[in-house]
Amino acid sequence: MTKQYLIDYTLQLADNALILAQRNSEWCGHGPVLEQDIAISNISLDLIGQARNFYQYAATLIGGNATEDSLAYLRDAIDFKNNLISEILNGDWAQTVLRQFLVSTYQFYLYDALQKSPDQQLAAIAEKALKEVTYHVRWSSEWVIRLGDGTSESKQRIEKALEEIWPYTGELFIPVQHETDAVTAGIGVDPKMIEENWKQKVSTVFSEATLTLPPQNIWMHTGGKNGIHTEYLGYILAEMQFMQRAYPSAEW
Amino acid sequence: MVQGKKSGQIIAASDAEKKVLEILATVPDPEVPVLSVLDLGVVRNISVLETGSEKTITKDGEPATDEIRITYTPTYTGCPAMDVMKTQMRIALLEKGYTNVQFEQVLSPAWTTDWMTEAGKQKLKAYGIAPPQYKQAVCTPDAFQQEEAIQCPRCNSYHTKLVSQFGSTACKALYQCVDCREPFDYFKCH
Repeated sequence: MTKQYLIDYTLQLADNALILAQRNSEWCGHGPVLEQDIAISNISLDLIGQARNFYQYAATLIGGNATEDSLAYLRDAIDFKNNLISEILNGDWAQTVLRQFLVSTYQFYLYDALQKSPDQQLAAIAEKALKEVTYHVRWSSEWVIRLGDGTSESKQRIEKALEEIWPYTGELFIPVQHETDAVTAGIGVDPKMIEENWKQKVSTVFSEATLTLPPQNIWMHTGGKNGIHTEYLGYILAEMQFMQRAYPSAEW
Repeated sequence: MVQGKKSGQIIAASDAEKKVLEILATVPDPEVPVLSVLDLGVVRNISVLETGSEKTITKDGEPATDEIRITYTPTYTGCPAMDVMKTQMRIALLEKGYTNVQFEQVLSPAWTTDWMTEAGKQKLKAYGIAPPQYKQAVCTPDAFQQEEAIQCPRCNSYHTKLVSQFGSTACKALYQCVDCREPFDYFKCH
């Protein structure tokens, strides 16, 4: 009998990647210039690949009829365990690249630690994903610096984005029950353990971008990891799941 | 089968394995058709479970064939070409009479451009794609790091510039030659 916390922990990793991938894919055909349109779409593709690997593993843990597709397309909002930061709106380019930087940096330290997990499959996926995320961190931090230390317009845009997104970063480092259980079992990564590295990297890039780190004690949104989402997730799922809901088991 | 120490390339340990490798060497990467799946280094292991020299007949009346097990690793987790490569390997083997082919995906150790064959690198360059660097600068997350000098596959100049770390496929970056002005793909280190 597979432990429920391991299933939930794996689904959380998968959902985080899938929902952000779906969000980023909205830029496909709408990027500011062709090369950056391609870049954000490539990042989406990497995230979908990571999500697929985590879903495939979760499906084997769940057993029965579960597949990567049933987990992506047939669960409802309350079953999704992604951090809220993955589902909030893309906003403008500044908001998209800032969110990408904050999430990719989180994933970078998370996967770096997870690749040492005694759970061999989680470790293998993390090892693979880390190489891809390294490129995402580099690309997104360059954009944060470019906009922050750019023109007065770009500066004003990224400062507005920071105000919008920062209250969603606290959740990344507040463990929920299945994370705590996975940590106790020695399999998962304690989010508290990666928080310092994350803050260090964020403040290094912010300082180059001439951005001010928001105050420590501001109020933070939580709930995503326990299935309590913003209204935005429903719209994402409505679009993403439409085909499988309207034409169950459709294949092409 | 055994693995070459340096490149991680696989070398047949028996005649049966050699035959299978010869077939796989004809299966192209759908995105970069000058490379075979072996050049790319995604096939990590093969094994042939022989059924014996005389053709026995199975219950279904079909002649039994050797069972081929192929262990593969994706280049990037989301690379859509991987599914195509698997299907094409299956078809190529089927055409030579191998009906029993099993695939297994491994993720660790993660695929690296170091596993690309020397012949593969030459073919890439001739095709107009700059091959991954021999002594690769492993990508770090640091912003605006010093770019590696990538040689233009057209005019061989090192006077080139990075346009974007992300190109037409997951495995490539976009460059432009400052001398001959030709834009080109670079098969980026991974």
